[in-house]
Amino acid sequence: MCLGIPAKVVQIDKSNLGKVDYLGTKVKTNFELLDNLKVGDWVIVHAGFAISKLDEEEARETFSILREMAKNEAQANKNKEREKQSNRQKG
Amino acid sequence: MKELRDKRVIRGLLSEIEKRTRELPSSPRIMEVCGTHTMTVHRYGLKNMLEKVGVEMVSGPGCPVCITPNEIHEAAIELVTENENFILTTFGDMTRVPTRKSSLQKAVPAAGSMVKIVYSPRESLEIAGSNPEKQVVFFGVGFEATIPGIALTLREAFEKSLANFSILSALWIIPPPLRAIVEAKEIALDGFLYPGHVSAIIGEKPYQFIAEEYGIPGAITGFEPSDILLGIFSILNQIKDGNATVSNEYSRVVRASGNPKALAVMEEMLETKDSYWRGLGLIPQSGLKIKKEYSAHDAEIRFNLSIKGGSGDLPGCRCGEVLQGLISPPQCPLFVEKCNPDSPYGPCMVSFEGACFVYYKYNPTIKNEL
Repeated sequence: MCLGIPAKVVQIDKSNLGKVDYLGTKVKTNFELLDNLKVGDWVIVHAGFAISKLDEEEARETFSILREMAKNEAQANKNKEREKQSNRQKG
Repeated sequence: MKELRDKRVIRGLLSEIEKRTRELPSSPRIMEVCGTHTMTVHRYGLKNMLEKVGVEMVSGPGCPVCITPNEIHEAAIELVTENENFILTTFGDMTRVPTRKSSLQKAVPAAGSMVKIVYSPRESLEIAGSNPEKQVVFFGVGFEATIPGIALTLREAFEKSLANFSILSALWIIPPPLRAIVEAKEIALDGFLYPGHVSAIIGEKPYQFIAEEYGIPGAITGFEPSDILLGIFSILNQIKDGNATVSNEYSRVVRASGNPKALAVMEEMLETKDSYWRGLGLIPQSGLKIKKEYSAHDAEIRFNLSIKGGSGDLPGCRCGEVLQGLISPPQCPLFVEKCNPDSPYGPCMVSFEGACFVYYKYNPTIKNEL
């Protein structure tokens, strides 16, 4: 089972053991598969092991593409609405 | 992160997807390889929404509990029922898989023995440490997202010379069965949604052959509804441009070359072998086993197990066909009446990522019928 929601590192010791906060629950986690982690980083955890650090810049980029999609859709709907209205007026 | 489930974003993506499918002669069929993707596709109603805009989604082999043949489940049951003072640890789903020899949950352990559910493989080490008089076997199942953690656990046991700990492994590699599904030519696929967390470990390259040798587009995808749609949108763009690639639509988590530390520990502790998959049969180099140097912690060797074949499915169960996308769960005559989450007949109804379970859980019409 893959947990797609990232968890926040809240505790990490020298032997790469510690805890993450996953949706408000503190979970024991092994950080040995990742380098240079610090408290506050966001990670993906799988079966008790952090397997990837979230790249916040990449995340922002994806979210801005998604917002663009929503904007285009809203614009397209507005245009359709206007077209309908002008057709009605013409009719 | 609200964009990932935002209705306006989802509507926007669906309308872009529809624009692409209108230009195609027929509805593209896309396989979501990962069981958790199947979950997202159904949980958020994307399956029907996508059908309306001309995309057919089929489920794939990405449920490790499901594709593990019954012979291995039965070996685990034998271990704990025939050996005294024995602790078998495993993930929760694994205990409920029905076999010809009952299930781990229902089987009666030998005197002083028990089955213990763990969340992480490492918990088994702690259990072994605090029960030195007992043999502890971790029945470890998983794909590349889980395997590095199991490999680290194995290494720790070896370094600490934990004499009463071993692993019964059911470790699977995702790309080989995809080749097997394409080569079998029983189902025509126009694209693959590649699993997000397996890809976080292995990166983009291991899927390249699907684009290069078979010309089938694909996208590495995350687990939120917008992630899935973004992956599909990318596949449709690849179809439109006539340029099959492996696009990474989950770049916030997946690096092009994967996780080098995870790959290194896998390579250090494990080696590839030909493996049987439920439904798919024997696939070359599709599994991992513990290297000889660490065989003291390999349960198969320590307990002299001979795990054979892959023909032990319960009669009538069509999980094997579901795992290849050949049938959808409602096409199985056992579905709902004879096989449901309360009383599963086959593994695809047991696991939270099993397609039969997901179809059952998120199909409102089924509940009305009962």
